[in-house]
Amino acid sequence: MRITCPNCGERDRREFYYQGDALALTRPAPDAGPHAWDDYLHNRDNPAGDTRDLWFHEAGCGAWIVVSRNTVTHAIDDTHLAATVKR
Amino acid sequence: MRLQDPQNTVSFTFDGQRYRGVPGEPVAAALLAAGVRLVARSFKYHRPRGIMSAGSEEQNALVTVGRGPQADPNVRATVLEVSEGLEVFSQNAWPSLKHDAMAVNDLMSPFLGAGFYYKTFMWPKPFWEKLYEPVIRRAAGLGGLSGKANEDRYEKAFAFCDVLIIGAGPAGLMAALTAGRAGADVILADEDTAMGGRLLREVEDVDGQPGPDWAAETIAALSAMDNVRLMTRTTVTGAHDQGTYGALERIAGPRRAGKPLECFWRIVAKRSILCAGALERPIAFPNNDRPGIMMASAVRSYVNRWNVAPGKAMTIFGNNDDAHRTARDLVAAGVKVAALIDCRDDVQVDGDFPVYTGAQVVATKGRHALERITISHAGGTRDIRTDCLAMSGGWNPTVHLTCHMNGRPIWQADIASFVPTPGNVPGMVTAGACNGAFSTAACLKEGAEVAAEVATGLGLKPKVTVPAADDSAYRISPLWAVPGQGRKWIDFQNDVHVKDIKLAAQENFRSVEHMKRYTTQGMAPDQGKSSNVVALAVLADATGRGIPETGTTTFRPPFVPVAIAAMGAGSQGKGFAPERLTTSHRASVARGAPMIEAGLWYRPSYFPQQGETHWRQSCDREVRYVRNAVGVCDVSTLGKIDIQGPGAAALLDFVYTNTFSTLKVGRTRYGLMLREDGHVMDDGTTARLGEQHYVMTTTTAAAGQVMRHLEFTLQVLRPDLNARIMSVTEQWAQFAVAGPRSRDLLNSVLDDQIVDADWPFMACGAVDVAGVQGRLFRISFSGEHAYELAVPARYGDSLFRLLTAQAESYGGGAYGMEALNVLRIEKGFITHAEIHGRTTAFDIGMDRMISRKKDCIGQTAAARPGLIDDDREQLVGLKAVGAVKQLTAGAHLFAQDAAPERVNGQGYTTSVAYSPTLQTGLALGFLKRGSARHGEVVRMVDHLRQIEAMVEVCDPVFFDPEGGRARG
Amino acid sequence: MVKLLPRSPCTDLLPRTVGTITMSEVLLDRVMSVAPFAGQAKPTSAALKDQIGLGLSAPGRAVSNRRARVIWAGQRMWLVAADVSLDGLAAVTDQSDAWAILRIEGAGVEDVLARLVPIDLRASTFKGGHTARTMLGHMSVGITRVGAQAFEVMAMRSMAATLVHDLQVAAENVAAR
Repeated sequence: MRITCPNCGERDRREFYYQGDALALTRPAPDAGPHAWDDYLHNRDNPAGDTRDLWFHEAGCGAWIVVSRNTVTHAIDDTHLAATVKR
Repeated sequence: MRLQDPQNTVSFTFDGQRYRGVPGEPVAAALLAAGVRLVARSFKYHRPRGIMSAGSEEQNALVTVGRGPQADPNVRATVLEVSEGLEVFSQNAWPSLKHDAMAVNDLMSPFLGAGFYYKTFMWPKPFWEKLYEPVIRRAAGLGGLSGKANEDRYEKAFAFCDVLIIGAGPAGLMAALTAGRAGADVILADEDTAMGGRLLREVEDVDGQPGPDWAAETIAALSAMDNVRLMTRTTVTGAHDQGTYGALERIAGPRRAGKPLECFWRIVAKRSILCAGALERPIAFPNNDRPGIMMASAVRSYVNRWNVAPGKAMTIFGNNDDAHRTARDLVAAGVKVAALIDCRDDVQVDGDFPVYTGAQVVATKGRHALERITISHAGGTRDIRTDCLAMSGGWNPTVHLTCHMNGRPIWQADIASFVPTPGNVPGMVTAGACNGAFSTAACLKEGAEVAAEVATGLGLKPKVTVPAADDSAYRISPLWAVPGQGRKWIDFQNDVHVKDIKLAAQENFRSVEHMKRYTTQGMAPDQGKSSNVVALAVLADATGRGIPETGTTTFRPPFVPVAIAAMGAGSQGKGFAPERLTTSHRASVARGAPMIEAGLWYRPSYFPQQGETHWRQSCDREVRYVRNAVGVCDVSTLGKIDIQGPGAAALLDFVYTNTFSTLKVGRTRYGLMLREDGHVMDDGTTARLGEQHYVMTTTTAAAGQVMRHLEFTLQVLRPDLNARIMSVTEQWAQFAVAGPRSRDLLNSVLDDQIVDADWPFMACGAVDVAGVQGRLFRISFSGEHAYELAVPARYGDSLFRLLTAQAESYGGGAYGMEALNVLRIEKGFITHAEIHGRTTAFDIGMDRMISRKKDCIGQTAAARPGLIDDDREQLVGLKAVGAVKQLTAGAHLFAQDAAPERVNGQGYTTSVAYSPTLQTGLALGFLKRGSARHGEVVRMVDHLRQIEAMVEVCDPVFFDPEGGRARG
Repeated sequence: MVKLLPRSPCTDLLPRTVGTITMSEVLLDRVMSVAPFAGQAKPTSAALKDQIGLGLSAPGRAVSNRRARVIWAGQRMWLVAADVSLDGLAAVTDQSDAWAILRIEGAGVEDVLARLVPIDLRASTFKGGHTARTMLGHMSVGITRVGAQAFEVMAMRSMAATLVHDLQVAAENVAAR
């Protein structure tokens, strides 16, 4: 598996740390209530198809990356720096 | 029998017997040349087996190479190259290949069919574990490992290219030539020792010259191109995501100490062209497995390429025109052809040998090797004396790699086989025989045209020129299984025959995947390369379906067996993981300190002195150094993260539960970090060096995790915070100087004296150490008056030696991890033994450290009712009070009178130590409602070590609870 | 008066030669990490240009002159081999002692690195002045091409022995072919 790092170009999967769903980008307010926090912390879709998640180029440039990919075809559609991605 | 006398030969042994062979030829060829026909015993029935193929698809001739720790089992004799002194052994036979005791299985075979084990070893139930399984396990398996560490070297490597071409037959060579000439960066990989594929085997002309000559000329042209890399002996084993391919290279040349045997490549290619050719399939006729019965194409390989005749009176049995060329080649080579048997009626064969059309082989004879066959034809049956029967049931395109990403091949009726579905592997296209194009001319043409398309796609301008070659049609009429008495083998490697598959269907294992598992057809190293399509056809017939509806099983990587040694090459011994060594490592080792692993780091356990016979003596002494005088300990392994910027304070307020924006410059504060789910992630001290400049300390264990977490916070959660972080762990060598004499010691090495008024507890700042700029922190992990002194790492070795020498002059010295652990347990300071991922701030009594005046990571979740429930297990101290003084970590806690069972569990111990200070065994642990139970006596039970002790619950701070020693 | 004696990360480990490959330690007296604050990349680059004659390099690039070197080192991060003062513009940390820097050179050096490094280091794609943060074996490293057959590898100081060990084994394997 190869992921295109926006800084470094296409790199082997071994350089990356996998975090999970990109919903981490939208952290609820402290008073958002238990349901919002439950969804944020625990509830995840398990799509057969398109998904969007966060990877860390840990053994590379240190960028957090938003990766859009397909869990069925394994295709990676695009990648963006988390620091500048639209939220 | 050799058809030509070879120029130079070397000697090798098979089962101890000496033979001569030509260096580089397959052991199979050398054995056939020597008239050796019985080479192996089959997996299940221990049937005598010989050489069947001339390639990596070999099912029968699996041998062991070498002996002792270097023995390599299940090597195919058809790909193993002859070299001087090579030792080869047969497998699965005892006491000898000829007289194999387990051949009794073959007599029992009517009882041992598919599903035998499932049906037989059911009752009585307890027999399975005690009797059946051990006996079956002993009998099972092919080849064996020595159980000793193998010193042989293997390696791994990475390669990159525009176009990976898999297979260097006519299609692959043309593809490489076309793509290479267009300027593409090409890797051409072929598993054979030489490139050329079928051209090395067949008597055909290409471009007006013999095939092997054309191949050699083409390879020379390719070698001359800088942009083309040729990899022989390299099998592409798998197609993976985003154009990554695995490939196993058998490194050329004889074994030599220090030279790797194999290299496992990861090849990254923008595009790939599969030119893997096709594999000839057997025909299932009765007793078609005797040594001497082999594939027709293999016979041509041995005759035409290796100049070895595998028999003296040859017969050929086929269902397609391709088989006929075998007879022609044999006659041309001067080998007697006793009969050509074609199952089809309407074929015309010219040649000076007996031809039987509309005929089938219905029986074979010969105990250890083929002696005669019986054929049936229009005129009845006839016995023919023959020592080698070449069979051809047609060709299966080698589609495997196209299926590695979950794709399925499609059935093509005119060639009675499966061909690749286009687009199954992104970036991969197919050409030649693997695509169902079987003539040499078609292969050359497809190779060139497909490569031209690929090159065009890469923005290059290729030219296509295709040499003239044989374009005879491939005519076949399907023949899967011949009727008649006797077992008709399909999967030779797993001893599966036609009846097994019919039985599977009969017992309703009708899905191809179920049939595979019930019969084991297509399992093991072979993965059904030769047998798959025949088995599907038999299953289709038995279930009344067509072959396309029956479908194929899933082809998975690797295409050929890959030794774990190759996949994990370089990762044994020192290569297993990086070793992180501190600057004091040499000095510690020189003092005889046993080094223990802390993550990747190595840290001294203790520093033994003369006369000490037990680690506890050293540890107790080192604890007393710190409590009574001064100790020195390398703490450089703790993570140090430099944080700067206008948003630095806000970042710390957000990642720590407590507040750091209020910390004064020149001061240090303890901080607690939570995960977003409210559990404790890490703790440590953070010093404020400037208005916008902090240095955070993490635990050794969590340094990487905290760095990742801070980057996550800055890049994902709070990109609004204008702060930058950088690890400075490696920059600084940092030493704890702890104990009542610590200040005196420091004043003996610092350029300017320090006094308590300027350096109160938790102060920090710059100091000069023997002329070197350093940093000093007055922090304590021992509960004593203590400092941590940091200097640039180049001075670490020197400073450690200086500090320990000075400490010794004050009646102290160096201390290691054991003493450090005792000191912190006496003080109730936590480590990751306590903050193990399931504990909350509430559990460790630090819930008041979660500031409510600001948001921080984990704050909301930490307030969930379940995480602040009084019934939770809370951190406590435990002191041994009964007769048993030994406490153990990981033991469970129970009420005094409760049975020590899971349901009565009330908590557990996490850290234990003998305290030389308090002269008692101490433990930290978690106990239900623990903070309200101080004074209570509970029972500690270590079920694993069978230790039981009574312990008194107390505050986790055992020593100096007021903290006067650290502050004073 | 006592004096602290410096010791380089690869003392006792380098130099060494395996076949055509030589490995030696590179000693840089000053190495600073420079991480420009938000919106300060351009002013930081300009200030560097003033002070050392080199601005911030592009991602994946290293630049040098007689006085100094600037090596891109990751997201918003550069290593500058010189003393610089960038108050208010960038976070600067002293990294002079944090790295083991190894120069590896000789015929076949790309083959040796291909045993350990999962990126394409061939001259056609990884040219002079190119630098990458990647892995060498299990270690996180920075690799810069410094010549037609020469690279510099920067690894954590504490991993110097493993760095040398892994390269030694790879070089032996290549030499044994």
